[in-house]
Amino acid sequence: MLELIIVSTLNGVLFGMLLFLMASGLTLIFSMMGVLNFAHASFYMLGAFFGFQISRWVGFWPALVLAPVLVAAIGAAVERFGLRNVHRHGHVPELLFTFGLAYVIEEVVQIVWGKSPLDFRVPAALDFPAFTIFATNYPAYKLFMLLISIGIFIALYAVLTRTRIGLIVQAALTHPHMVAHLGHNVPLVFMLVFGVGSGLAAVAGVIAGPALVTQSNMAALLGPILFVVVVVGGLGSLSGAFVASLLIGLLQTFAVSVSLSLADVVGLFGYRPAPDSLLKDIWNVTVAQIAPILPYLLLVLVLILKPSGLMGTRET
Amino acid sequence: MTDRIVSAALGSASREVRHSALVRYGVWVAAAAAMAAMPFVFRSGTAITVMSLIGISIIFSLSYNILLGQTGLLSFGHAVYYGLGGYLAVHAMKIIIANGFPIPLPLIPLIGGIAGLFFAVLFGWLSTKRSGTAFAMISLGLAELIGSSALILRGFFGGEEGITVDRTKLLRIFEWSFGPQVQVYYLIAAWCLICAFLMYALTRTPLGRMCNAVRDNPERVQFVGYDPRMVRFLAFCLSGFFAGIAGALATINFEIANSALFGAVQSGTVLLATFMGGAGFFFGPVIGAILVVYLQLMLSDLTSMWQLYFGLLFIAMVMFAPFGIAGLIMMHRTLWRTGVLHTVLPSYLLALVPLLVMLTGAALIIEMVHHLAAKAAEGPAMTFAGIRLQANAVGPWIAGLLMAGGGFLLFRRASRAVAAAWSRAGSTAAAGGRP
Repeated sequence: MLELIIVSTLNGVLFGMLLFLMASGLTLIFSMMGVLNFAHASFYMLGAFFGFQISRWVGFWPALVLAPVLVAAIGAAVERFGLRNVHRHGHVPELLFTFGLAYVIEEVVQIVWGKSPLDFRVPAALDFPAFTIFATNYPAYKLFMLLISIGIFIALYAVLTRTRIGLIVQAALTHPHMVAHLGHNVPLVFMLVFGVGSGLAAVAGVIAGPALVTQSNMAALLGPILFVVVVVGGLGSLSGAFVASLLIGLLQTFAVSVSLSLADVVGLFGYRPAPDSLLKDIWNVTVAQIAPILPYLLLVLVLILKPSGLMGTRET
Repeated sequence: MTDRIVSAALGSASREVRHSALVRYGVWVAAAAAMAAMPFVFRSGTAITVMSLIGISIIFSLSYNILLGQTGLLSFGHAVYYGLGGYLAVHAMKIIIANGFPIPLPLIPLIGGIAGLFFAVLFGWLSTKRSGTAFAMISLGLAELIGSSALILRGFFGGEEGITVDRTKLLRIFEWSFGPQVQVYYLIAAWCLICAFLMYALTRTPLGRMCNAVRDNPERVQFVGYDPRMVRFLAFCLSGFFAGIAGALATINFEIANSALFGAVQSGTVLLATFMGGAGFFFGPVIGAILVVYLQLMLSDLTSMWQLYFGLLFIAMVMFAPFGIAGLIMMHRTLWRTGVLHTVLPSYLLALVPLLVMLTGAALIIEMVHHLAAKAAEGPAMTFAGIRLQANAVGPWIAGLLMAGGGFLLFRRASRAVAAAWSRAGSTAAAGGRP
């Protein structure tokens, strides 16, 4: 039991940190430009596929740097030549633009790399068990993923609070016009934030690629969960996104190891549900089976109890 | 003297009203006649199937436009109500067949509609608490929740294979068995006409007007004494009702309900259709539904990468024609009425040539990349637009790049000419038309 708790906590924190790598960029972009970037998870997917291709050519370590830089450049270009032009039509066309972009990126990835999962291996230097808890070998690569994401989290926090550009970004979050009047180049800041946000998602993609499955549907699988993170944490709140990422990471990891069903719970009170009703599955489904939909249930719960999200302040 | 002027003015005003009433109802009569005549014009089985699909898609897109166009709510999960309407219709049909209830097939869509309404009340109560981007994300989350449940609650949703039903086993009226596709077409057409009329009528009611007000300025709506959330909620419920009808018709048409019915693809397609048709106009989604169903069938015959072209077309429309095809039509109607349409047409011709060159070049490159990446086993030989070429040779690549790049540069110049022609036409129209 203790073993399960420790391993699940580690995995949960790891998944949560990966989510935060993506959610941080998403929420920064959202609070600065008011655009919910539908294609954010697609940049994560591009990161994984570029990482795979570059590590084929020159190895994993250069790929870890090159793929995010490449994706960041694509992200900046999307902002400069796409979003900025759509901006004058209003928010809905902006959102639809990123929606269309996500659609096109998925198609392009399918055309170039096909639909089946890629053989993206863990680099040999990290392919060993880091430590053993009870009987479980914990892979070094997962530890590496954890370190990278914590490192980026600290760096991001330092940049946002300690540097000049970070202060401008923070100011532009709430008062973009004032910042522009003070002589700062706000469109450039927007482009940078969009690029860096996409790059962070790509970092998550490169390091998650070998551990999870690198496939053309990975963006579609993860995208909705990212939105849940951002809404649950509170739109536009970085600390909220952090808490929500960890919460959802832990929730999903713990849920898969619980094999309790509603029938078991009511069985404790001596109630036996009818065995052949149309909705009999509701009784017999285990918590592990509903793990994929738990984030969405959390979303509904948060909306009922606290519609502005855990740490959100603004009503959209 | 004054009396005569007034009565003359009144007379012309009432003629105006009679005229517009004639036009207003004439459109519906003409639509009904056209729908009734269609199977006699296009007799092939494929055509009737396509027309059935278009009918379902029109109801679904119009119901979506109650949200997007009229109330300004962007939903990414509208297929939930379409799918649940379809599933409950199938279950209802099974129960009716098993018990021999005297309920004929044409009434089944109503059951789907009530199911859609029920779930829209349930989920709408939650999601309409917020508007704008938060609403969009919540709709997506709810869609994922329901979509994933379909694979968990296998008893109700039938897992991957879905639930099948035989539509011919219900009570028959006038000896219509609904076995032949053409009878199903008439059922769909009738429902399509009724639903479209009701949804049009909705836009003329005070509620419909308040929806527009909530879309444009929710704060002012509050000052006038309305609750914007309540208006959003009512719009959401009505939209769910019509989506449920569409879903039930879809299951009647296919005789199967499976999880694809409320998948993300379905929600995305209705969004694409509505937006491309033009969300700002009532008839926009109708155009969009026809276009999208037709494009899906036509492009998928033409190339295996039709989804990519479709996505690119959508992005282009978002960037350059955000009011959709209906918006483009209405723009030109203004020019036509003021009699200056002919002044912009030459510049269109000028822009069309480089545009076609650019698109051909881009398509050539895309097809060659696709051929090299996906069909490596077949060797580099391929055909593009009837021309045989080698995908790994330098020639086609240079040709493609030259056409795409050169076409782009020329098109940019030509589009400046179009803009200039438009501004000239605009100023002539403002000065009183007819130069």
